Amino acid sequence: MTLVQNFPFFCIILSMFSAIISFLLSGRWAKVVHVAMLIAVFVMSLMTLNVTARSGLSYTYMMGHYPAPWGNEIKIGPIESLMATSFASIMLLSVMGGAWHIKKDIDEKRLNLYFIQLDLMMASLLALIYTNDLFTAYVFIEICTISACGLIMARRTGRVYVSAIRYMVMSLIGSGLFLIGLSLLYAITGQLLMEPARTGLMLDIIKGAYLIPVSVIMILLTVGLGIKSGLYPFHTWIPDAYGYATPASSAILSSLVSKGYIFLLIKLVLRVLPYETAPGRQMDNVLFVFGVTGMMIGSIDAIRERNVRRMISYSSVAQIGYIYMGLGLATDAGITASLFHVISHGLMKSLLFISAAGLIDSSKGRLDRNGLQGAGFRNLVAGIGFTVGSLSMIGMPLLSGFVSKFMFAEAATQAATVKMIIAWIALAISTVLNAVYFMRMVLVIYTPDDSKKTEAGKEGGADFFMEKAATITLSALIIVLGTMSPLVIGILNNGLDKLG
Amino acid sequence: MGTSVFTNYEECASVILFVIGMMNLLLQSNLIKKIIGLDIMDASVYLFLAAKGYIEGRHAPIYTDGITDASYYINPVPSGLVLTGIVVSVSVSALMMALTISLYRQYKTLNLDEIMMKLRKQESEEFIALSNKTEGEGSK
Repeated sequence: MTLVQNFPFFCIILSMFSAIISFLLSGRWAKVVHVAMLIAVFVMSLMTLNVTARSGLSYTYMMGHYPAPWGNEIKIGPIESLMATSFASIMLLSVMGGAWHIKKDIDEKRLNLYFIQLDLMMASLLALIYTNDLFTAYVFIEICTISACGLIMARRTGRVYVSAIRYMVMSLIGSGLFLIGLSLLYAITGQLLMEPARTGLMLDIIKGAYLIPVSVIMILLTVGLGIKSGLYPFHTWIPDAYGYATPASSAILSSLVSKGYIFLLIKLVLRVLPYETAPGRQMDNVLFVFGVTGMMIGSIDAIRERNVRRMISYSSVAQIGYIYMGLGLATDAGITASLFHVISHGLMKSLLFISAAGLIDSSKGRLDRNGLQGAGFRNLVAGIGFTVGSLSMIGMPLLSGFVSKFMFAEAATQAATVKMIIAWIALAISTVLNAVYFMRMVLVIYTPDDSKKTEAGKEGGADFFMEKAATITLSALIIVLGTMSPLVIGILNNGLDKLG
Repeated sequence: MGTSVFTNYEECASVILFVIGMMNLLLQSNLIKKIIGLDIMDASVYLFLAAKGYIEGRHAPIYTDGITDASYYINPVPSGLVLTGIVVSVSVSALMMALTISLYRQYKTLNLDEIMMKLRKQESEEFIALSNKTEGEGSK
């Protein structure tokens, strides 16, 4: 065993320890610790990715001294380390981009608590990515929920408490369903590790025993994670939760938290739940229908929305619909497309939230279309960032959003005929709908305004510079991911059978 | 069907409790009742796990009387899961209660529907004020 193989475990433990240390530190030092931790996690995950992607193999890492069916373990492959790398970088850029707002929105005294939430969030996301044990997954789902709630209510004004309580209620129902699902799974297989649990389930199915409980388990686990990631009929909490939190929180919540749950679901689909059996195929169809409906409803809601941040939040509903549609296609290509969209949407949404915050600041805090008129001239970098993000969302070539859509369309050709036609039509309509609200916004911010073209007076030069740097880096990453996609797609394709 | 309900009465009870808890969490408008629903929901899962781990006539999996034979004890894993789950649900309920207190201080009510109504009213007033301001600026 080489040193690099220990790195995923180091990443998890490092982020947990930085949360503990931050209790004793002032806000400024907590931020330094957080950023240092994220850079360390990024570098270590990149090295793990390098090793696993070159060898193309995955390995399990024993946590504690007990071997497989008893002990706890994490499993590391190319896709897991790719996700960890991208999650760490997106979180770093979101925190950098939101630095000015974090300082403005949050009390000096409570600042270290905010970074503790972020540390715990990173730890739980890494654990969700790597874990191979169902109950560990449940525990980290709850940690993720609690820290997400902390991130939402960090701003401490009336509106966010209501958002937080709505988020908590839906999330807790989701985790309750997940918990009872995994208890049932434990009851019929006696296993909590993923692969042994799958073996047990398959044996039961072959024997024809426990057919109804197996379907119930699949429904409970899928619906539980679906609620928590904001799948269409359960999406009502999304605009509230993302629309009013501080921009860094919104960016992290929409681009990482829901994706952590989706990645766990993809792992469960490939590793535990017997999706290739008859009840599994029906589950796929349900996910496909919900995904396609979510793509439409999310975009239509976004068109009707006046508040720009809520509009971006509704677009998350649509984009999560894409991911579930890819899962529902029930082909390897569909799952690869979903995984690619997890990364691509993470970058785009983070960029949109941060650049929208920049535009809003330069328009005296106005969130509606009238107020934002000409904002692209007042804050040039944010305007460019918003335009790049919007074009990528619509699916302009050279940007990562185009590659996602292309992959979904390509995956649809390999699926059953009915699904193929529905997926194509849905993609086409959804692209038009995306264009309606994003292009409208881009046109608004580049409509010349009578008011003076002055930059909003911002104090705190370093943080303001960070915001611009993060916007530019995220835009660049979207272009890089769009133009050099074969590299990432290659890793995803090679790693997919190792994930299962 | 009938006999299996009677042999698995703990599991049946826990599923019924789970549904009661979930419906309370989802549908009650009073925030305290929502939290009670959450606790019922979690407790029902612990009942389910404890019932699954219990084996008739065996003892608690605590090593005190010098017996190392596994067949003397019940299955310890579900007990461990219940303990972990209790810790998780305690922290979640504490967070919900803290949120409830903050909301009560702000809106002087525990009813989520009333809070939402107040919030909508406040938002529409803000929006009207904002558009009036814009019109005023435009006429200048």
